[in-house]
Amino acid sequence: MAETTTSSDPAPAEKTAGAAAFVLRRRRRRYSLLNRHDKLILALMVGVPLAFDLALIWGPTLASVVFSFTNWDGIGALAANNFVGLRNYATLVGSYIFFRPALVHNLIWLGFLALVATPIGMFFAVLLDREVRGTRIYQSIFYLPVVLPLVVVGFIWELQYGATGGFINNAFGLVKNHHIIDWLGDSSVNLLAAVVAASWRHVGYVMVLYLAGLKSVDPTLREAAKVDGADERQTFFRVVFPVMAPINVIIVVITTIESLRAFDIAYIINHGKNGLELLSTLIVNNSISEASLVGFGSAVAVVLLVISLVPIVTFLVNVNRRERA
Amino acid sequence: MAVQAAVRPAVRAVPHRRPAPARMVLQGFLIAMCAVWLFPLLWAVYEALRPIGDTTLHGYVSLPHQGLGLGNFSSAWTNAELPRFYLNTLLVAVPGVLVTLLVASMLAFAISQFNWKFNILVLMIFTAGNLLPPQVIIIPLYWVYLNTPLPVLSDNGLLYDQYVGVILIHIVFQMGFATFVLSNYMKTITKEITESALVDGANVLRIWWDVILPLCRPALAAMATLLFTFIYNDFFWALILMKSGNKRPIVSALNNLQGEFFINYNLLAAGALLAAVPSLLVFIAFQKHFVRGLTLGATKG
Repeated sequence: MAETTTSSDPAPAEKTAGAAAFVLRRRRRRYSLLNRHDKLILALMVGVPLAFDLALIWGPTLASVVFSFTNWDGIGALAANNFVGLRNYATLVGSYIFFRPALVHNLIWLGFLALVATPIGMFFAVLLDREVRGTRIYQSIFYLPVVLPLVVVGFIWELQYGATGGFINNAFGLVKNHHIIDWLGDSSVNLLAAVVAASWRHVGYVMVLYLAGLKSVDPTLREAAKVDGADERQTFFRVVFPVMAPINVIIVVITTIESLRAFDIAYIINHGKNGLELLSTLIVNNSISEASLVGFGSAVAVVLLVISLVPIVTFLVNVNRRERA
Repeated sequence: MAVQAAVRPAVRAVPHRRPAPARMVLQGFLIAMCAVWLFPLLWAVYEALRPIGDTTLHGYVSLPHQGLGLGNFSSAWTNAELPRFYLNTLLVAVPGVLVTLLVASMLAFAISQFNWKFNILVLMIFTAGNLLPPQVIIIPLYWVYLNTPLPVLSDNGLLYDQYVGVILIHIVFQMGFATFVLSNYMKTITKEITESALVDGANVLRIWWDVILPLCRPALAAMATLLFTFIYNDFFWALILMKSGNKRPIVSALNNLQGEFFINYNLLAAGALLAAVPSLLVFIAFQKHFVRGLTLGATKG
C-alpha cells in the first residue's frame, strides 16, 4: 500500500508550474509526516480486521463453493475421492423435491416485499414528509416493529395466526363455525402469512430510509415545479422520484437482500418446512441441524450466493460511483 | 446533514395550504393505518396480561372477566429463567458493540483520512461481506468453529459453543456495516485536521483517539444504538454456533421456550414481550440515534 494523493490530475486551468510545484511539495511533505511507526499502526488497523474478515467471511464463502463439488459429511478430512463434480447440482435440479419450492418461495417473498411492502413504506414516507400534524408520532409507530427481533415478530404474529387460539380465526368466527384456517400449518397459506409478518417490519424500514431521502431533496426543485404549474403527483413522479435514484437503488438492494436472508420467522414457525421451505432453511436443515450433508447443503448455499451477488454487486457499483463522483 | 437541517426551516416557512377536508382525510387515513400497525403488538400485550383460565373460559376474543394482571409475566420470568438469558445477551452484546466500534472506527479512520491505493477495495471487501446472507457461509463456519482449538476463554477448548465465538462472528460481520457508515461520516471531516496533528508531532493512534473519535461522537452514538439492536435481535448465529441451551442469548433461547409454551399463548405472549423490552427501551431512549444510524448508511454524510 503506497501513499499517493488523488490530486494527480488537476484541471487544465490549474496546470501552471506553480500549482504543479505545490502538489509536488504537498506530496513530499505528506510522505514525511508518517513515520515508520505510524505506518505500521495504520497497516495493523486495516490488516488485522481484514485478516479476520477474510478468514471468517470470504474464506468460508470460497469453502462453500469447494464443498459444493463434494459428497463430504464434514467428519474427518476432505479427500480426493470426496469430489463428485456437479452431482450435487444435478440432484438439486433433478430429484430433490424441496429445491424448486424453496427457490419459488424466496421469489414470492421477494415479490411480496418488493411489490407490496416496499411501495407501502414509500407511500407512508411521502405522506409523512408533508406538514402533517403529529408526523413524529406516526413515524414512531410505523417503525416500532423495525426494532423488534424477528423472532419476536414471529411470535407476535403467531398470536394472530394460531389455528384455535389466534385472533384472526376467533375474531371472524372461524373457530365457532369449525372452518378453521390453519394459517401456519396449511402449506397453501403459511408462506403468505409469514411474509405478511415480515412486511409488518419491512414497511417501517423502507419508510425510514425513504423519509431520509425525501428530506435530502433540494426544496427549490419542488418550488420550481410548483411555479411551473405541476400538481403534487406530477412533482413527485417527474421531479422528486428521479432525483432520488440513489436511495431507490439502495431500497431495491435492501429489499432483495432481506428476502434472500429470510430465515428467522420461517424457522420459528416450523423450521422452514411444509410450505415454508426457503434456500436458507434448506442449507441449515441439510447440513447442520438435521443431517450433515455438507456437500449437498453447500450446493444450495452456492445457489443462494450467486443470487445474492446480484444485489451486492449493484450496491457496490452504486457506492463506487458515489465514491468517485 | 447540517446543510439539510439548515435548509429545512425554509420549507416550513411556506407550508402547503391544503383544504381542510383533504387534511382530515389524510389524518384519518394515518390514524387508521397506525391502529392497524399497533394492533398485533397491543393484542400481544392484552394476551400477556390476561390469565390463561379467563381466556379458556371465555374465548380468545372476549373481554376480561377476571381482570388483568402480571401473572403471565412473572411465570415467564421465573419458569423460563429469563434473567439468565438476559445476562447471556449482555455478555455477548456489550463486548460485541464495543469491540466492533473500536475496530470499525480504526478501519474507517485509516481508510478515510489517508489516501491509500486500495482504500475503495478494502471498503468493498468489508461492505460486501456484511451484505452476504449468513447462511451462505454457515456450513464452513460451523466446521471452523468445531475445529478451532481455543485454549483461553473457552470451557471446552473450542470456538464452538462459546460466548467468545458468538461475539467474534458478530464483530466480524457487523464490522463491514459499521466501517461503511463511519468512513462515510469521517470523509466529511477534512484531512487537514489529521495533517496538522501529524505536523504537531502526534502519532496516528493519538490522532484517532483524541482528535477523530471525539468529532465522530454523533455517528458513534448512532452506530452503538444500531449495533446493540442488531446484536440483541440476532437469532441465527447463536442458534447454530452454540449448542448449550442455557448459554444462548435470550432471542435465540426463545425458540427453546416455544415448545413448552406452545399451547399457552398467554405465557408465550408474555415471554416474547419480555424479550422485546430491551429493544423497545433502546428504541424509545435513542430513537433519534437509531434512525440516524439507519439513514447514515443509506445516504451520504
